[in-house]
Amino acid sequence: MFKPTLKVALLASSMLVLVACGEEKKEEQASSAASNTTSTTATSEAAPATSTNQTASVTPAPATGGLTVVSWGGAYQEAQRKTIFEPYNAKTGNVIKEEEYNGEVAKIKAMVESGTVSWDVISVDTATALQGCDDGVLETLDYSKILDKAKVLPGAALDCAIGSDVYATVFAYDTAKLPNGPASIKDLFDLEKFPGKRALQKNPFVNLEWSLIADGVDPAQVYDVLGTPEGVDRAFKKLDTIKSQVVWWEAGAQPPQLLADGEVVMTSAWNGRIANAIKEGKTFKIVWDGQAPDLDMWAIPKGTPNLEKSYEYLAFASSAEVQSALAPYIPYGPTNLDAVALVDAELAKSLPTHPDNLKAAIPLNPQFWGDNGEELRARFNTWLAQ
Amino acid sequence: MSVSAISDDRSTLKSRLRRAERVQRLRAIGLVLPLFLFILIVFVTPIIILMTRAVDNPEIADSLPLTSAALANWDRTDIPGEDVFAAFAVDLVAAQKNKATGLIGKRLNYEMPGTRSKVLQAGRAAEKLTAAPYKEAFLKIDPLWGEIETWKVLERASHRNTSFYLLKAVDLQCSADDEIVNVAPDQALFRDVFIRTLGISTLVTVATLLLGFPLAYMLATLPPKHSNILMILVLLPFWTSLLVRTTAWVVLLQTEGPINDLLLFLGLTDERLQLIFSRFGTVVAMTHIQLPFTLLPIYSVMRTISPNYVRAARSLGAGPFHAFWTIYFPQTMPGIAAGCLLTFILSLGYYITPALVGGPTDQMISYFVALYTNKELNWGQASALGTILLMATLVLYAVYNRLVGIDKMKLG
Repeated sequence: MFKPTLKVALLASSMLVLVACGEEKKEEQASSAASNTTSTTATSEAAPATSTNQTASVTPAPATGGLTVVSWGGAYQEAQRKTIFEPYNAKTGNVIKEEEYNGEVAKIKAMVESGTVSWDVISVDTATALQGCDDGVLETLDYSKILDKAKVLPGAALDCAIGSDVYATVFAYDTAKLPNGPASIKDLFDLEKFPGKRALQKNPFVNLEWSLIADGVDPAQVYDVLGTPEGVDRAFKKLDTIKSQVVWWEAGAQPPQLLADGEVVMTSAWNGRIANAIKEGKTFKIVWDGQAPDLDMWAIPKGTPNLEKSYEYLAFASSAEVQSALAPYIPYGPTNLDAVALVDAELAKSLPTHPDNLKAAIPLNPQFWGDNGEELRARFNTWLAQ
Repeated sequence: MSVSAISDDRSTLKSRLRRAERVQRLRAIGLVLPLFLFILIVFVTPIIILMTRAVDNPEIADSLPLTSAALANWDRTDIPGEDVFAAFAVDLVAAQKNKATGLIGKRLNYEMPGTRSKVLQAGRAAEKLTAAPYKEAFLKIDPLWGEIETWKVLERASHRNTSFYLLKAVDLQCSADDEIVNVAPDQALFRDVFIRTLGISTLVTVATLLLGFPLAYMLATLPPKHSNILMILVLLPFWTSLLVRTTAWVVLLQTEGPINDLLLFLGLTDERLQLIFSRFGTVVAMTHIQLPFTLLPIYSVMRTISPNYVRAARSLGAGPFHAFWTIYFPQTMPGIAAGCLLTFILSLGYYITPALVGGPTDQMISYFVALYTNKELNWGQASALGTILLMATLVLYAVYNRLVGIDKMKLG
């Protein structure tokens, strides 16, 4: 008589707990989206939820109105609002409905698979652009509706996405703490000259390339070496030498924080984040040696009801005038080659695309990571766990 | 009154009783139905879908239907014949038109790293192939298509169900000789992660029990005036968001944080300790979050234990510890069993706390489920990891049931 009641009580309380945790995860998503981070979010259960939530907002696609553009939030989206969204609204009379996300490609996949696409244009990173293209969740772009492919930075016009700006993974340090700071990738790996913790992104991309450069490989040849099994071994061996001193970051907001807190003496970071911190009065310095340029890209989820408008938006956002306006807000370079000349010369020096900064840069090679990313990431995770 | 009248009367009574009971039963079902449907829709169905996703393998069968059919007759001893290559050419042209070559490439890349771009290349080249012999043509496009291993992988991947993801979730794979072998050491990950997940959960369970038991005892024995205040101290963190509490631990544990400041000030350490991004930090933060889950069932069981038993034992000459250990403690077992099980099973699924406070060697299985769902977009692998975790939990639960007995558990 008594026992079954207890079982039910136990079950019921565990259900309650489960529900409670579910709610917490949602909060966690919201807060991390707000802080404009790019990873560490649990969306496994959020994905299907999104697709059902969105249904209501999509079905009556307004004839005159909205184009939903999704970006990364924070200072980045603020810059896009000023330089793209608002001018676009003014020019076309359309109204852009902004949304933010955290790079969860799973969300897009869930939308496309359930046929309830409510996002018209999304800002994605290169890896997502390639994955999304393979998985058939992104529209294959018809460049005749956007612009002449020849005007786009080589490597920035992919099948399913077009580069919107160039950012870079660089490394930085605090001049207040290290007056004679590191100047090259070799210094990043030199624990004797610069003892102390370093923060690196928890991702083999950039780290393996830097290991090889520190080991003496010419940046231009990095992917030739990394394409061989010996090259991969060599990179991991070099990375081993600093492993004990590395703090791994996942969200873009972490590196400036780690540096400011004195948790690390130097850190890899996206150049815009460091530039922002400098603007806020921090004494950080960017080292451009071995910078790894990468692209933010625009893509269109497959099955959007506003395909033509989305193309119209892409054409507008890719034009030279619009692209050259971004740099004053956030130091990311244009992908439209005509836009390069339109950027203020002094400002251009802080962009990843400036010739001086590109001297010892790692070449852009999304194809390499498309082919080998899965394996290298698996090996990297195994290596991390050892 | 005749006999038949009595039996008539009895049967109407019976049927009337039955009718009354039926109404009650329907009412009971009606009350339970919403919860039942809710659990079915939001809990049982997703789990079933998750488990099917772990073995679901539609990519190749859908995108290369003719090749899959042709490969079904292949004897797997030598490179397939012209018929397979011809089917492959037709399929690839169709796939190229449907933009499905990326999907094929991605699927093959899971088992043969580096093949993604070669599939894309073959897709583009296939459009120009118009006449036999296709086999030669494909060998010219890339030597990959002349390797028997490629075709074995393709054949395995062409079935609608696959064990690939589940095997990989425990660091196993099908070898070239179609035997199940361990994956290469530099790719082996998940067994360690599962063991780590169980290890951290056990540690957290034990820690919450050691901390929670004395506190629960105090709460249960103090007069209500004091115990209520203490109870608030336990419940307040319990009501606070998990993320807030985890972030608070980030602040406390960091190298330049207050705990290190205090240790230095007290002269207990000469240099700042690495507290955050470590196993220590993970276990401490998780223990803090899980403490009420272990404590509350123990507390509510303790509240029901009459102090007379211990008094009786003491009056019969038992020492204080002896009386506690042989009389009091066994009576708290149902609460301990329930609290520990609750904490252990909840700990298995921890994600955000190890992600924020732990280092790379402290990530639990949920981290990898999230990684494969969000970053790699490999939902098959994510589902397989989830399925294995669920199975492991059920097995552990069965073992626990055998050892402790779920009917002995008590939440209060």
